[in-house]
Amino acid sequence: MAFFETHNISISFGGLRALERVSFEVNKGEVFSIIGPNGAGKTTIFNCINRYYNLDEGAFIFKDKNIAKVSPHVVADLGISRTFQNIELFKNATVIDNLLLGRHRHRRSNLFMEALFSPSVQRQEIESREKAEEVIDFLDLQAYRDQFVSGLPYGVQKTVELGRALAMEPELLLLDEPSSGMNMEEMEDLSFWITDIKEELGISFLLVEHNMRLVKEISDRVLALNFGVVIAQGTPNEVLGHPEVMKAYLGEEGASTAG
Amino acid sequence: MELFNEIIQTLLSGVSIGCIYGLVALGFVLIFKATEVINFAQGEMMVLGAFIALTLINVFGFSYWAALLLATVGLGIFGLILERLVLRSLIGEPVFAIVMLTIGLGYFVRSSVSMVPTWGTDTYGFTTPFTDKAARYGELVLSWEQLAIIFMTIALILILFAFFRYTRMGVAMRATSQNQLAAVYMGISVNRVFSLTWIISAAVGGFAGVLLSPITFVHMNMGFIGLKAFPAAVLGGFSSIPGAIVGGLIIGVTESLAGVYLPIGWKDVAAWIILIGVLIIRPQGLFGIQEKKKV
Amino acid sequence: MRFLMKRNYNQDIQLFKYRSTFFWYLALIIGCCLLPLVLDDYITSQLSFICMYSIATVGLMLLTGYTGQISMGHAAFFGIGAYTSAILTSKGVPFLLALPTAGLLAGFIGIFIGLPALRLSGLYLAIATMGFGFIVDEVLVRWESLTNGNMGMMVDPVSIGPLTFETEVQFYYLTLVVLVLTILAAKNILRSPTGRAMIAIRDSEVAAQAMGISMAKYKTMAFAISAFFTGVAGSLYGHKLTFINPESFTILVSIEFLAMIIIGGLGSLHGAVYGAAFIIFLPQLIIMTKDYMPKYLADQTGLESALYGLMIMLFILFEPMGIYGIWRKKKFYFEMFPLYKKDTFKKEKKYFKAERH
Repeated sequence: MAFFETHNISISFGGLRALERVSFEVNKGEVFSIIGPNGAGKTTIFNCINRYYNLDEGAFIFKDKNIAKVSPHVVADLGISRTFQNIELFKNATVIDNLLLGRHRHRRSNLFMEALFSPSVQRQEIESREKAEEVIDFLDLQAYRDQFVSGLPYGVQKTVELGRALAMEPELLLLDEPSSGMNMEEMEDLSFWITDIKEELGISFLLVEHNMRLVKEISDRVLALNFGVVIAQGTPNEVLGHPEVMKAYLGEEGASTAG
Repeated sequence: MELFNEIIQTLLSGVSIGCIYGLVALGFVLIFKATEVINFAQGEMMVLGAFIALTLINVFGFSYWAALLLATVGLGIFGLILERLVLRSLIGEPVFAIVMLTIGLGYFVRSSVSMVPTWGTDTYGFTTPFTDKAARYGELVLSWEQLAIIFMTIALILILFAFFRYTRMGVAMRATSQNQLAAVYMGISVNRVFSLTWIISAAVGGFAGVLLSPITFVHMNMGFIGLKAFPAAVLGGFSSIPGAIVGGLIIGVTESLAGVYLPIGWKDVAAWIILIGVLIIRPQGLFGIQEKKKV
Repeated sequence: MRFLMKRNYNQDIQLFKYRSTFFWYLALIIGCCLLPLVLDDYITSQLSFICMYSIATVGLMLLTGYTGQISMGHAAFFGIGAYTSAILTSKGVPFLLALPTAGLLAGFIGIFIGLPALRLSGLYLAIATMGFGFIVDEVLVRWESLTNGNMGMMVDPVSIGPLTFETEVQFYYLTLVVLVLTILAAKNILRSPTGRAMIAIRDSEVAAQAMGISMAKYKTMAFAISAFFTGVAGSLYGHKLTFINPESFTILVSIEFLAMIIIGGLGSLHGAVYGAAFIIFLPQLIIMTKDYMPKYLADQTGLESALYGLMIMLFILFEPMGIYGIWRKKKFYFEMFPLYKKDTFKKEKKYFKAERH
């Protein structure tokens, strides 16, 4: 049984098929990328995993458990965290608070203990802060630690979002276009971080990405999607060189001249 | 036969008060569709309209029809001033801030009305062409005051319908409510659309106030009846003009049936119970469409 | 601007960031305790009202300012608290038990009001909670066997064991103690996972869910906590007035609560207290300025509510962060002197952005 398995999922919006019987597997400790032109349904897969949309049919199997019908927050509780295409940070909170929110699934306290700020809550807070500081160190966010997110540059916000997802200590991390809006330097950092996280923490990645260089550099396997249908799946080189994929990106004519 | 008459009369008074709710709800909906602003001071527009008509009729000796027209126009001008002075800077601000702003506005208008010489805190009335007249069909007696409200509401809705359907500005307003950005690109002046929306909605409020006057009399607190228009607008989905009227009628009829056939007290909360019931089953109202944020 | 060298995580979770802050708050509490010695009974009684309203607004602030859920029906929780406590103490239940029971019952009902909030947002929630307020008010009027309807009911004075709280000064101390405990509890919740979850829901529901925050649990919890504090405040309010009727818990009171947190400053506990103090003292301020007004205007009964409405409008238009916002700007001005730039706070106008567009 694979670590994370997507089994024949389909969804349509008002008659428009957004995903059509899409299946793939992500193994433990690998970086799996999904590519495809705009509107191919890449982000929709993420939104389905997160239970923001209801699947019409199919299933997500995570660690032998079908998560296609659980409540949205349970997905995170089970160890799947994500980032968003257009950044969904808690804007009126500081960077450290955002990271601490990533720790939410590890809380043990209840409301009554919290109202008294009992010693056990204090211990838990300190523990959360230790983890959050680790993430801050890893992602070089020290300078922004106590700043409000709303005032930070776009690239830094993207990094904070990655940090928040990491602070959850997930087993599977979904990154939605992590490199968009980043400059060259930030992108290189990102590529380094992803490889590093994968190797040191054994976290698996599911990636939606437009930058083919990054995809080639970090992915173990790639899946190409067009109009909600899988057109190719395999190693980065296989998929990026696949004629169907070229056709999807460049059109019929472009593919023939390029090939 | 007696039961039949009673039911007809109850329904008639329900429909006529429902028309008022519907008109106030229409005011909410027009503004909400165009600007995403909710005007909690819509009830106070009724108060102003009613007091202006009262003064014109009782002090200056105008006819009812002239007073109705002038009050409606006057409120339109008031709506324009409000939009320019207060509300334009708040577009895009959170619902919460705007709700509170218009509540503050309501307080201000209501208490200012009580400070105007000759208006004050007393209750007044004026005679209309329909006062004390009734249509009789055998046993059945229908009051002209209530029938007049229904007919005039229908007339107003037809005028508005024609405006939105056939005039350039009306089409521009509909376009703006669907997609502001696209409307700007098509050369529509969104600011003018917003101004016009406030003018129309305030004028409709004033019109409703004058219509309501014979039934509740003219008083600084008559605007509270406007609160009942919220359930009406919500039932109608808050973005549909026919929905607002239908919502108003549902609330009006239920209320007057509850007043006659249920124990005392139910009448005042019937609208709210229906509202909460509907929202639990259909959070977007009866005619609304649910929208989901894109992530 | 001060910088603090932190050596361990314990320092990071302190209630007071700097030692001096602690002493300022201590001084404030001592000052509040000494106030009745120099003030007359009337002003002391107004101070009690500020404390009681502050407890309620701290509750509403948690819900509206921190969780982003608007409630236009909080007077209902206030009323439920007042009636519960009044009825219990009249049946011989000691006040010390009746007070938390009033809060708990309000909180329990708050859970049920929180349930529709799971599916409603913004405007619709405002209207639904307003409807709830009307319904509770009507129940208080009609359930005559329990509440004595519109006639109202007498409320026993407060006593805890041998202690009685009958004079203005005694009651003031009681409300002050409850207020301090309320603020402490609220502050503790806000620096724990629950408080952060509430802020997360306010800023982005989607992201909050992706962090494992259950909407069902935390939204209803926010309503329950908020209703609890408001219920406690209501209980004190009833015992202070010694007579309550449904008139005291109408929509106008709900609006007053909202006005308080807006004028005080959304999203801060300071703001909840400032707002309550401001609204309570507004009539006093008006009386003081009446001598300078034209006679015709000064004689109007509507003056107070006109100014009240105007005040709400002016704050929203020009100072959306309320009194607390003004205070922070002034403080920042002196800290940064002479480097203060007005634009530092420019962004804040959009602090609470609309969720729809």
